[in-house]
Amino acid sequence: MSVAAEGGAVSEGSGAPQGTDEPPRKEASHGWRLFAIWLVLSAIVDPLYYIFAGPHIPPGRMSSTAGGAVFDFNILIVLAIPVMIGVWVYMAYAIIQWRASKGGPEPEGGPLAANNFKIQTSWITITTVLVLFLAGFGTYELVQPEGAGGGQGPNPIWTPTSNTVLPIQVIGQQWKFTYRYPTFGGFETTQLVVPQGVSIAFHVTSLDVIHDFWAYQLGVKADANPNQDNVAFTTPYQLGSFVVRCDELCGIWHGAMYNNGAVVTKDQFEVWAQTTEKALAANTKLLPPFAYTYTPDANGADGGYYPDNVDPYSKVETYGATQPGSG
Amino acid sequence: MAIDITETPGTDFPGETPIHQPAMRRGSEWLRPHMGWAVVGAVVGYLLGHWFGNIIYGQNTVPQNTGQNNVAIVLGLAFGVAGWLAGIGALTYPLAKLVGREPPPPVPETGWMRYFRYTEDHKVVGMQYLIGVLTFLFTGGLLAMAIRTQLLSPTTHVFGPDTYIAIVGEHGTIMMMMATSAVVGPLGNWLTPLMIGSRRMAFPRLESFSFWIFSAGYLVILSALAFGGFPTGWTGYAPLQTQASGGMDSYLVGFAVIGIGMIAAGFNLACTIINYRAPGMTWSRVPIFVWAVLATCALLTLATPSLLAAGYFGILDRTAQTAFFVTEHGGSSFLWQNLFWFFGHPEVYIMALPGFGLVMEMLPVFTRKPLFAYRVAAAGMIGVALLSFFVWQHHLFQSGINPDMRPLFMLTTELISIPTGFLFLVTLGTLWKAKIRFDAPMLFILGMMFNFLIGGITGVFLSDVPVDVTVHGSFFVMAHFHYTIMGGLIFALFGGLYFYLPKMTGKTMNRKLSIWHFWTFFIFFNLTFFPLFLVGLLGQPRRVFEYAPNLQTLNDISSVSAFLLGASFLIFIVNFVWSQWINPTKSPDNPWNSLGLEWQTPTPVPWYNFERIPVVNSDPYHYGEPGALPVADLGREPLVTAGVVSKEEAVQPGELESPDDTDDFDPRPPIL
Amino acid sequence: MVGFFVVAVVVIVVLVIGFTKQPPTVDYSNAQSGQPVDVTLQTVGAYGSAPHPTWVSYLIKDPSTGQWVHTSYFQVPAHTRVNMTIIQYDSGSPLRNQQIGMVTGTAGKVALLNGKPFHVYNSNAGNGVGHTFSIPTLGINVPLVGNNANANLCSAAPCTEKSPHNVLKFSFTSPGSGSYPWQCFVPCGLGFLYGNGGPMQTNGYMAGFMKVVA
Repeated sequence: MSVAAEGGAVSEGSGAPQGTDEPPRKEASHGWRLFAIWLVLSAIVDPLYYIFAGPHIPPGRMSSTAGGAVFDFNILIVLAIPVMIGVWVYMAYAIIQWRASKGGPEPEGGPLAANNFKIQTSWITITTVLVLFLAGFGTYELVQPEGAGGGQGPNPIWTPTSNTVLPIQVIGQQWKFTYRYPTFGGFETTQLVVPQGVSIAFHVTSLDVIHDFWAYQLGVKADANPNQDNVAFTTPYQLGSFVVRCDELCGIWHGAMYNNGAVVTKDQFEVWAQTTEKALAANTKLLPPFAYTYTPDANGADGGYYPDNVDPYSKVETYGATQPGSG
Repeated sequence: MAIDITETPGTDFPGETPIHQPAMRRGSEWLRPHMGWAVVGAVVGYLLGHWFGNIIYGQNTVPQNTGQNNVAIVLGLAFGVAGWLAGIGALTYPLAKLVGREPPPPVPETGWMRYFRYTEDHKVVGMQYLIGVLTFLFTGGLLAMAIRTQLLSPTTHVFGPDTYIAIVGEHGTIMMMMATSAVVGPLGNWLTPLMIGSRRMAFPRLESFSFWIFSAGYLVILSALAFGGFPTGWTGYAPLQTQASGGMDSYLVGFAVIGIGMIAAGFNLACTIINYRAPGMTWSRVPIFVWAVLATCALLTLATPSLLAAGYFGILDRTAQTAFFVTEHGGSSFLWQNLFWFFGHPEVYIMALPGFGLVMEMLPVFTRKPLFAYRVAAAGMIGVALLSFFVWQHHLFQSGINPDMRPLFMLTTELISIPTGFLFLVTLGTLWKAKIRFDAPMLFILGMMFNFLIGGITGVFLSDVPVDVTVHGSFFVMAHFHYTIMGGLIFALFGGLYFYLPKMTGKTMNRKLSIWHFWTFFIFFNLTFFPLFLVGLLGQPRRVFEYAPNLQTLNDISSVSAFLLGASFLIFIVNFVWSQWINPTKSPDNPWNSLGLEWQTPTPVPWYNFERIPVVNSDPYHYGEPGALPVADLGREPLVTAGVVSKEEAVQPGELESPDDTDDFDPRPPIL
Repeated sequence: MVGFFVVAVVVIVVLVIGFTKQPPTVDYSNAQSGQPVDVTLQTVGAYGSAPHPTWVSYLIKDPSTGQWVHTSYFQVPAHTRVNMTIIQYDSGSPLRNQQIGMVTGTAGKVALLNGKPFHVYNSNAGNGVGHTFSIPTLGINVPLVGNNANANLCSAAPCTEKSPHNVLKFSFTSPGSGSYPWQCFVPCGLGFLYGNGGPMQTNGYMAGFMKVVA
């Protein structure tokens, strides 16, 4: 749901004569005055925003996708400010200038006050142009940088141009995320460490209900659906730590389902990954082989909700062994 | 141009020979169906259904392991709703017809008891809806303050996390249920026949049914708290839904029950508007509010069935262990999201459009100018209604479903802002060189325009996929839709109440308290929800019971303002009680000097609305046009003619001759 | 009108009292400063009495009375060594995610199972794992190894050491003051989809808070 009330249309429109046979000079001056106030205010506020607030808009520019989101946000604000100023200036002007207690002439009725073809068509034209521009701009910003960090499902169509993409699997479960690194023997850990300057493909999936992987400072967000591989790309630029939160209500501990991740240099990452692979080797060999989606084991999968003799419909790689009877 | 042929224009009332029924014995007053019997019916029905559910399903392993029998809960709630409807007398007529009997005739009633009965007078139903909607609103508001209490501190927990999500879900669901009927229920039902010059609704029993099932929905959704609440929020995402405890059954049954009411209300209002317009009430003369109601009705009748289907699937998954939403057993976790939002996004406009209509309807009265761009406004609302069926997947941008469709849904979402933006074309155009009177309704109109602009513009941010990656599912979204629904619809509702209550009850609201209510409401609304945009942008997801410590200041500003916002509601309640009961001031018939047809009736409006079916001359916006015809030929002088500004010029009440004065007047409603 | 108002107020008060009700907190913070704190918990396969007799549950031993309290809230002093003892009376099964079969976050990254230290427990062998004790924000995770499901297991809380049980001991140092959610990660809510409903989502059963006070 959205409104793109175009401030330009308000002011320009009101600048036009009101369609009376002989537009009195006083009427026209309202329009020009409004237009002038609008133009001056917009011309002041827009650059102020862009110069002073624009660079500090969260989530910052830690990664390619976060930077893209901030750029988009700033462009939208720069377009929104004149619109809002236009409407508010007009409202304030009307409240001050045209209030009944001020006296003033009786409003003129009649068909000319109820309709003004020029204003209506210019309003529609301007909002349409603005909206189509926004849709085109948004599409370009979505397609051009590897899908803008949003989840793209199992077969992403907007992929990074880089040849080396590091896959990291994000497994959502009630109530934590675990991460598997398939290129390092498929170890599974609760720590998320990513290398700087490398394209990363997050393969997000779930072992139970819907979660949502939100790496806030990286500008990555992808739903974790059971039996579904949801891929999102990003390239971290800056070193440091970032927050991962679950962004889809998943039950009692949804609010506590977060952890910190870190962006480290390529060399540090290499060291960390190999150390962790060795440290977790004993546990890794007990895990199911790496796959893009998993079926939770038959018993645990439905917690006894479905009868035991019902096999999962779509069996991919089972997470957890099947067993007779659970406790 | 269809006209109720039983009520030919120009005939004097009563148009047909009154049918005299034997007078009711007074002792039977309390025995006839009323709300007390509905409560009894609901309790009996619940117990019966629960007992039955335990018999047929109690031995299954699932209830044995969980100690909770969803079949018993669902059947209990369903039978309870049926008992409620039977107790209020909703089933008397259809059942009598079913067995070939002549149903008992409607009994005339003028006392306060009629507000507790299954009635066929649209004005009584409107008042019932008003009380119902306000009850929903205040319940949801208290829950909202509970949420803000929890969020006062990032780590200290007034409520446990399980109770907290139960409160969040309950607040969201109650408010969404309320908002679907907030304006259409009270004002739509009360005003539509008056605005189109009709004496009645097309389906008065269906109308009454829609209210009483709406009120049953309130009890059902409240019962969720007794079953431990539900953890899914108002969106009810499966498979979390399938996993949840018994409160989820209340959610599913409650939404289904409300949905049936929405469909019934939509059919009745749409048929009334299409078929019961007075002669001369052409489509270009229909008041803009009626256009808004008509567009809303299209959504009510066409979108809600999707919710009913989804709710039914959910109930089956939870009781009969089908697997509509469970991936491993052949279902899909996307299915609920699709079905729900296919209803859910049109629902957003079910909430927004009546607010638009109401604001545009009231604005000319306070600017003393014609409504600017009437045709664009009407076309815009129809356009919004049509487009709203093509945008639902913007709720699923990050879900991984149809990623290549994202540009399309980005485009449709942004396209819908064009007809939505017509609200501003119309309102700003109407303000141009007006003579604005700042009564309470006008303040609420301006407040609504201010808020809805913020709500609408932030909607564009959400439709842009790269920005949505950051703000989706965060408090930014939450602030956005509170700005559109609360800042838009609820502001319009209060404006509409201050505007129409003098006609509905015949008593004026206290002006000073109304103005106080507006300013506190407006200021604390903005102080509550504006910080939440920043909170969301700074990375706080929705529905969390704890958050990052650095966001505490913003959250606290919001929480404290929320409590003050609650106090502002108290001003309204005090005003309402004071002005309507304790110290009532009789309102003139047309206190705002409106040209609208609904204002040309005497106050209180007689149950037959018009002595004669009016013949409509023009649309009701010919302000500032001294020579214009009165809006309709009422068979008498209109109270206000075009161009009249001051109260002195208006015809005073009492100058009219009411049919009650004639001796042989039969005060019973016509047999409908 | 007045009656309506009174009813509304009464309903609101009752609801507020109901909403703010949380499980009781067992206080371990009265120990001498600098001394380690010994916290004792037990898990039981079925709580055995109302309101949810079939649900699995944790219980906490009150240090002052020695009684078992049906709660999942306990309070320890800040920056102190906490010696946990968990007596596990429930059966076990292979884990859905073997990642939680590994002991993390405890002193020495080990836990003692009936006196024998272990770091990784293979849940596919033996009696499997019944529950875990996990504080995600502190990185603490200890799998609670299950008992033989065919033995005569305790099915009503509080259980006594006459029933088959495993004793798990481990230590960690408590962080600064705050409220730390802890929970079980094994989907043990039998009869609920994915096993994560019911007791898994109810305070006082398989989920609660460790409160740390300065």
